[in-house]
Amino acid sequence: MHELSIAMSIVEMAQEEAERRGQAQVLAVHLRLGLLSGVVKEALLSSYDMACEATPLEGSQLLIEEIPVEVFCPKCKVARRIESIQWFCCPKCLTPTTEILHGKELEVVALEIKS
Amino acid sequence: MTTEPRLVEVRKSVLKQNDFIARALRERFRQAGVLAVSLVSSPGSGKTAFLEKTLTLLQPRYKVAALVGDLATENDAARLARSQAPVKQILTGTVCHLEAAMVQNALDGWDLNRLDFLFIENVGNLVCPSSYDLGEDLRFVLLSVTEGEDKPLKYPTIFNSADVAVITKSDLAAAVEFDEAAAQRNIQAVRPGMEVFKLSAKTGEGMNDLLEFLARRRAGSRRVAAASK
Repeated sequence: MHELSIAMSIVEMAQEEAERRGQAQVLAVHLRLGLLSGVVKEALLSSYDMACEATPLEGSQLLIEEIPVEVFCPKCKVARRIESIQWFCCPKCLTPTTEILHGKELEVVALEIKS
Repeated sequence: MTTEPRLVEVRKSVLKQNDFIARALRERFRQAGVLAVSLVSSPGSGKTAFLEKTLTLLQPRYKVAALVGDLATENDAARLARSQAPVKQILTGTVCHLEAAMVQNALDGWDLNRLDFLFIENVGNLVCPSSYDLGEDLRFVLLSVTEGEDKPLKYPTIFNSADVAVITKSDLAAAVEFDEAAAQRNIQAVRPGMEVFKLSAKTGEGMNDLLEFLARRRAGSRRVAAASK
């Protein structure tokens, strides 16, 4: 369970960004979370509230956009979304592939702030 | 003055600090010509036994060292010290995984130029270590025959993040009716093309193939390092 330390990093990062923007108050943090990031959405959401306690971000929201896993199929030569992370192959032609284009994201993309 | 809420773009990786340190470590390993190999597995898969055997067998020909992560005890370092290789324990406290900064701190005072191989044993955990790059050249995921063939399907993220799978405790395979074909199938499903070794640190069975692989990889990374100098 490493979601709490991840949540604390998110809070810290959001706080720094808000300070750089003239001590703005953070209302919400928008996060992109890949299904292959190794971080569990539910655990992260509950950790986030804990991480916000007694910080300027208390009461703010974490809005998570889950990013599916997309691979490049070497045979079809196109990006394809895989249906299961238990089977890394092109869903159309079934060619195995390890070239991952999306799904490892763990990034703060935007903040909703109020001055 | 209070303004209306507004949305500002940030676009920053949450793990950027870790990734930054990991990249610096990888560069240090490359320049020193040391092959860094990390080990991940569930608790009790035989990481320490595997590492002890590997260190002992590499020792006559190479300069090897190891960092071992553990929550609370220094037992692993004591066991590994029997191999005569320099070993340092990283106590993570309540943290369930190693981070690049812990590796960086543990290497303080070590001259990497004098090493051929550096092994980094992660905390026994198949979930959390997958998110953290440690700057290693190769990540080994260990799976013991007693754990069941479906481990890769249960923890696809960590298997996908690894470069090599090592099936350990092969001496017990018959006793637990280990289905090697199923294990191979599952490993290849979550990480197509992954190299797989099956071995027993206890009997030594299969260790030679692994040692040859390590020697080859080290020679390869040395060539790359020399070419870029």
